[in-house]
Amino acid sequence: MTRPSRWNRFDLHGSPYVFIAPFFLLFAAFGLFPLLYTAWVSLRSWDLTGDAGFVGLDNYSRLLGDPDFWNALVNTLGLLVLATIPQLLLALIVAAMLNRPLRALLLFRLGVLAPIVTSVAAVAIVFGQLYGRDAGLVNGLLGLVGVDPIDWQASKTSSWIAVSSMVNWRWMGYNALIYLAAMQAIPRDLYEAAQIDGAGAIRQFRNITVPLIRPALIFTVVMSIIGGMQLFTEPLLFGQGDVSGGSLRQFQTIAMYMFEQSFQNFDYGYGSAVAWMIFLLTVIVGVINLLIGRRLRGGTQ
Amino acid sequence: MRQPRNALVYLTLLVSLVLSVFPLYWLFVVATRSNDVVGQFPPPLVPGGNLGDNIQRLFGPEAEEAHFARGLLNSAIASVCVTISVVFFSSLAGFAFAKLRFRGRNALLISVLATMMVPVQMGIVPLYMVMVKLGWQNHLQAVIVPFLVSAFGVFLMRQYAERAIPDELIEAARLDGCTTFGLFVRVVAPALRPGAAVLGLFTFMGTWNEFLWPLAVMEADNPTVQFSLSQLATQYYTDYTLMFTGTLIATVPLLLVFILFGRQLISGIMDGAVRS
Repeated sequence: MTRPSRWNRFDLHGSPYVFIAPFFLLFAAFGLFPLLYTAWVSLRSWDLTGDAGFVGLDNYSRLLGDPDFWNALVNTLGLLVLATIPQLLLALIVAAMLNRPLRALLLFRLGVLAPIVTSVAAVAIVFGQLYGRDAGLVNGLLGLVGVDPIDWQASKTSSWIAVSSMVNWRWMGYNALIYLAAMQAIPRDLYEAAQIDGAGAIRQFRNITVPLIRPALIFTVVMSIIGGMQLFTEPLLFGQGDVSGGSLRQFQTIAMYMFEQSFQNFDYGYGSAVAWMIFLLTVIVGVINLLIGRRLRGGTQ
Repeated sequence: MRQPRNALVYLTLLVSLVLSVFPLYWLFVVATRSNDVVGQFPPPLVPGGNLGDNIQRLFGPEAEEAHFARGLLNSAIASVCVTISVVFFSSLAGFAFAKLRFRGRNALLISVLATMMVPVQMGIVPLYMVMVKLGWQNHLQAVIVPFLVSAFGVFLMRQYAERAIPDELIEAARLDGCTTFGLFVRVVAPALRPGAAVLGLFTFMGTWNEFLWPLAVMEADNPTVQFSLSQLATQYYTDYTLMFTGTLIATVPLLLVFILFGRQLISGIMDGAVRS
């Protein structure tokens, strides 16, 4: 070789580390450190007046006895169910339909994906107007079938429906494309064999399509759960920027509660404890989901 | 038998298409109208002629508390910086993980994957404290520097590099006396371009749409575009056409990206899905 061998050796063995170093350095500074620091802060009494020292698990035990936290948790889980199940079912149906030889296929695909370009803030503003009590389109349409105007913000049920419809709308097409990709990877002859055996379209869908796209199903459910546990912007802007999520906290999520404690009450210690609870709950809900998924598979076999 | 079933398929798809696109269309219609038609029923379904007027109001003294022009500029700068950086560092690290051999490679890769699972909001309080220590609150670097790398990006580019770059190509370049970085510039980067484009699109959209963190670290006088929107939505919430015009303008850059690169975006999402 023409180059000095020492340089050569460094280039061969050292440069991989040089290439990955920027990621790890920046991540350590702005990802890992804040994460560990959150755990540390959550064990201290720390507010606007400063750090008042180590308090052990006090913030966490206060959290468990805090009705506002439990309320926010119930809201978050309720919204999670309303914003995940319809969305994924619809995505599954749309994907199954897009997986046929159709005219204008690209148009349909682009159309259902279009919502993804809108920002969460934009969605919240448009839907906030659509769900307006006096001037909203939704109430106008309901009026046509004789339903009195609904004050969508007023109750838990109505505000949950309004907020979850924003999430459903924004992500349905994205999930449909993921399912579609998984469906296209299924070998055609499986369906042909099923057809020969006399299985109809719906049975083919249940017995071939759904089991074979299970990895995609699990992926979308997990992503929806991670997103759902962090739900923040939609309910915030639905309530005109009010972090408490309505006069009776009827649509305050745990992420909003964390924000309220940290940046409105400046109770950093308590806010950090809420943040760790969000993380913990995300993991728990994710694990429950995996277990259910496994049980379901066992049941059909 | 075939005809009616196909008709049902088209009908269902058409309904989903209309439901998906209607709110976007409605956004456009209201932004071109004046406030007195909002709330009419049946609603106006064709655009009006007030868009220019509304845009003037949006950037004029009437809506100055939203600092909309500032928000647009800030978001444009932040999105471009973050996108370039994420694409570059992700390609570099993705290539190293896919094609170079080094001790600890698998363990390090797993740690990258683990970081993808962590919710962002977990670290928002201490990250804010870090910003206070650095004196960065309300400065644009606060919404740029923490996002210069992305675990998702590294993972995506690693997957892409694995398939897109044949090992023989690397060996051939090495025999020609290429250094590893020269290899990256001359051989790897060109081959990674399609994957990098998809990552760039997603990163740009994500940064442009980021909301929670700017709200925490920036102030109303120096906002990002989404922060400006929330100002419009909270300070001027009775003025629907103003809110909608702001929302429309904030969405236009992404709509353009979507129209120009929609196909790539679709194949990017679908590729990722097959691999995951």
